[in-house]
Amino acid sequence: MTAAAPLDSRLRGTRARRRNERSVKAVLLFAAVLTVAISIGIVSSLIFEAFEFVRSVDLGRLFSAGWFPRRGLFDLPTVLAGTLIVTAVAMLLAAPIGLASAVYLAEYASPRARSIIKPVLEILAGIPSVVLGFFALTWISPNIVRTLFTESTGFSLLAAGLGVGILTIPLVASISEDAMRAVPNSLREASYGLGARRVTTSLRVVAPAAISGIVAALILAISRAVGETMVVAIAAGASGGSLFTADPRDPGQTLTAAMASLATGSDNVTGNSSAFLSLFFLGFVLFLLTLGLNLIGDVFVRRTRQVY
Amino acid sequence: MVTDADPQFDPPEDSTTDAAAGELVNQTLTAAELAQDQSSGRSPVGLHVARAPEAGANAEAPSIVRLEGVSFYYGSFRAVKDISIDVRAHQITALIGPSGCGKSTLLRTINRMNDLIPGTRVEGRIRYHEEDLYAPYVDPVEVRRRIGMVFQKANPFPKSIYDNVAFGPRLNGFKGDLDGLVESSLERAALWGDVKDKLKTSGLSLSGGQQQRLCIARAIATEPEVILMDEPCSALDPRSTLQIEELMAELKEKYTIVIVTHNMQQAARASDRTVFMNMAEDRAGYVVEAGPTVGIFTDPRNQMTEDYVSGRFG
Amino acid sequence: MSNSQAITVGVVQGSLRRRRVDVAGTVFAAALLLSLLFTLAVLAILVGDQMTRGLPVLAERGTDFFSASLSSRPAQAGIAQGLIGTAMLTAMVALLAFPIGILTAIYLEEYAPNTGLTRFIAINIRNLAGVPSVVYGLLGLAVFVALFRALGVGTGRNILSGGLTLAVLVLPLVIITSAEAIRAVPNTIREAGYGIGASRWQVVRQLVLPSAVPGILTGTVLALARALGETAPLILAGAVLGSFSTGGSLGDLFGGPYTALPVIVYDWARKPQEEFRALTSAAILVLLAVTIIANGFAIFLRNRYDRRW
Repeated sequence: MTAAAPLDSRLRGTRARRRNERSVKAVLLFAAVLTVAISIGIVSSLIFEAFEFVRSVDLGRLFSAGWFPRRGLFDLPTVLAGTLIVTAVAMLLAAPIGLASAVYLAEYASPRARSIIKPVLEILAGIPSVVLGFFALTWISPNIVRTLFTESTGFSLLAAGLGVGILTIPLVASISEDAMRAVPNSLREASYGLGARRVTTSLRVVAPAAISGIVAALILAISRAVGETMVVAIAAGASGGSLFTADPRDPGQTLTAAMASLATGSDNVTGNSSAFLSLFFLGFVLFLLTLGLNLIGDVFVRRTRQVY
Repeated sequence: MVTDADPQFDPPEDSTTDAAAGELVNQTLTAAELAQDQSSGRSPVGLHVARAPEAGANAEAPSIVRLEGVSFYYGSFRAVKDISIDVRAHQITALIGPSGCGKSTLLRTINRMNDLIPGTRVEGRIRYHEEDLYAPYVDPVEVRRRIGMVFQKANPFPKSIYDNVAFGPRLNGFKGDLDGLVESSLERAALWGDVKDKLKTSGLSLSGGQQQRLCIARAIATEPEVILMDEPCSALDPRSTLQIEELMAELKEKYTIVIVTHNMQQAARASDRTVFMNMAEDRAGYVVEAGPTVGIFTDPRNQMTEDYVSGRFG
Repeated sequence: MSNSQAITVGVVQGSLRRRRVDVAGTVFAAALLLSLLFTLAVLAILVGDQMTRGLPVLAERGTDFFSASLSSRPAQAGIAQGLIGTAMLTAMVALLAFPIGILTAIYLEEYAPNTGLTRFIAINIRNLAGVPSVVYGLLGLAVFVALFRALGVGTGRNILSGGLTLAVLVLPLVIITSAEAIRAVPNTIREAGYGIGASRWQVVRQLVLPSAVPGILTGTVLALARALGETAPLILAGAVLGSFSTGGSLGDLFGGPYTALPVIVYDWARKPQEEFRALTSAAILVLLAVTIIANGFAIFLRNRYDRRW
């Protein structure tokens, strides 16, 4: 009994290791809690200044002739309409192209073709948005927009929307492809076993089974398009301010582009003027909009995970 | 034994509660631990004087792990209920029973592997040399160093064969002839001959049976006293299965083995004692009958046991 | 009887032998392939367009383009300040976001109990990942720039504000990809470790992390690539548009005005002079080269180590 330490004291383990384990855990927890602090930072920096803006500005100014922050005109419908148009154009391009690419990759492509195409899509996803903005202004606008609508000036919501659409194609394609690949093969085999062809199997069996993931892909793409800044700031054209427009061929302003131009260039405002504060007001509106979309998208993403 | 919530709980008070039994067990413990200490001080394998009991049921063999009224809960679901069994030193104890009756769950309570699953709870006592393994002061990590485990699916680390075996000793800060320890562990697991020329290759490159023997070598390299085996042969072909069974027969000279198996022939061939479990109405597992293997298979006292071992259900 | 049997056999044989031309199916497949080709074509046009405009500039200016400072005269303007800025911002992101992100991922996957706080943190991180980058710029402006101004570091619009903003921006991405890599390590490895008496940290440090390293590396490189190309948050967090000069001392480097490669692209893209178009394309080629190399490296890593357990 004296040869070895008593068993029960050995079963206790060493104090040094217990302390070590505790401190590791503390460090890790600290890092995790830091992410919550960041969220709190974002929300509070937005809320206070946005509230300050709403208090300092005559609310009638939120509905006026257009968005001219330096003149005290903060027409919300102008920037919301711009955002809506850009997002709609982007989705009209990205949804069909992205979904078709996803179906091809998930149901038609050989593993070899997939191994080549997927990385290319991922490269496209990694192209900085400022590059696509320049591309939208210098290539899409003269070659596509002005070919279709000769009266366009070069800057247009349409060109910006197409640029944003190209940016979101990989997002739509990759999320919905994941959803379709998650559909168990037994369903496909059941369909083929009944004599169905590949089109029928893709459209009637796989796509409905993956519908939650597809919806999620579209919602998250919308959220991405709403929040996209640089493409619109470069290609939509309205750097100073903008009158209300519902025509995609016109130059225009979105939530995000208005923020970019408030922070830079001709509208480089600082200090506590209401133009500066409007930056935070726009940010807050944008934050709420994308948060809502992301939460809805998340519900659909989780639904796909639950089914199988 | 009184469970004390105080982590500073003092050991001597504790070991005097059950004087007679305690003394017997303490002696065994000392012997076993001395053997263990010697071997970690690097003695060649052959030098071990195995206190091998005769094969078959040796009623005199002291109990090394004792379960007293053990129930196990996943949340509010009771997976096993009121289990009381003895695991005797240097014997192979087999847990058999139909699927889902909680054999693996029960096995994993013995080295506190189930602690890793959130929302689980143990009732009753599990004693190891009379120590309550679930006493608040007990460190589960220490428990697992003394009660090792081999899993259903061979799970070598994605490291070299050598590093797989050396992993446990290195954790314990082993200061000695690590090469020798790796060699002797692999030898005891009947794998040395197969791998001695490729110790640096990945453990995952071995065949299924070899991987499982590597896992056994890995488990014995930390010099545990008890080895728990959770259906170690279920993924193996018959030939590898027989090799593992032979290996178990050799290993019990030095270790105590508890094995969960689906395979009744395996239990009959390889074990000294058998515990037959079944599922109650509420899906909780309980012990139907436990005793020497020969008795369970040739002269079961319970009709259910007889039906099961003769293949009529399960 | 035998007659009708013969007819049936004939019909079956006929239908099996006939290769029906599946018009709808072929059209459908062609449409799918076309959409995919559209995307690839856009990529090709984009790169090609920048090359036709930008390569002559690079050929003519040579290294001067990389070593010259910003200038309002196109013939002299270069991207040196942007390269320095981008390199420093990238280094700051790596130093700040990687350790915090990886530690958070380890906590969430290996340590966190299943409590309300844990679930809240996880949901919170997913939502942070979806916040538009321009909003992070506002955070940078309201928190970091204001902080440095309060500390008396000039206007607060320095490269530290920018670096902190980008680090916070990519943090959720680092956490999510690292957590996925850690989750992909099979539980049997953990069990094996615990089964021979390893403590939690030993299991994580010696078994889980080595297996998860390729995935974590992929995520961090992707995050870096993202940070390299971000423009909007930097504009808000004080990156300078237009030309400026710094003495090049360490104090200037951290306290003075700063810019980054994508910010230069934005600045030049808005200039009316035609010469700046070509300069913009040249700067874009440099930016594309950097981001495509970073992304390509991440994709290569992932495909290379995409281990099947």
